[in-house]
Amino acid sequence: MTNRQNRIRTALTAELSPDLLEVEDDSHRHAGHAGASPAGETHYSIKVWSKSFEGMNRVKIHRKINEILQPEFDSGLHALSIKIIRPE
Amino acid sequence: MSAQETIKNAIDTNDVMLFMKGTPVFPQCGFSSTVTQILNYIGVEYNSLNVLEDQDIRQGIKDFSNWPTIPQLYVKGEFVGGCDIVKDMFEQGELREFFEENGIELAAAEE
Repeated sequence: MTNRQNRIRTALTAELSPDLLEVEDDSHRHAGHAGASPAGETHYSIKVWSKSFEGMNRVKIHRKINEILQPEFDSGLHALSIKIIRPE
Repeated sequence: MSAQETIKNAIDTNDVMLFMKGTPVFPQCGFSSTVTQILNYIGVEYNSLNVLEDQDIRQGIKDFSNWPTIPQLYVKGEFVGGCDIVKDMFEQGELREFFEENGIELAAAEE
């Protein structure tokens, strides 16, 4: 598991106490694409649900996650795909 | 016009405004491409601005929306979201309704 992947997981777990959290490093799929770095760790996707999302619309949930991960965006995270998995 | 004025003007004067990398004909990023394909599929008319052509716009739209990634979609002056949100709305069957509620005309659905 990459360092950024660990940091993303740790930060989201601490802030959201998520019921569901999967963090994938997709950087290899974007190799050579603008924003990709030879060192990788640029493109991630997460699947997440936290009870704290109740009553929040999609934009608010994304903003919350982006805010938590701002240090990662500041240090080379280029793309974060967020899939909100609402429980049935 | 400053970058912020250009962005504000684009949002204010276009009911459906997409800030993207590349153009609808030649998107230069998979996430931007996905959004143009969805908008084309549901038959909504939109204008787009290629942020790769202007570094000030590229950073400016992130600051303007307080949103760290591109593409970004605005409808009737309101921020809708990026690729994930547009895709999610589309997959949940909400997107067409969303445009209709906002008085945006859509091309007839293909049967």
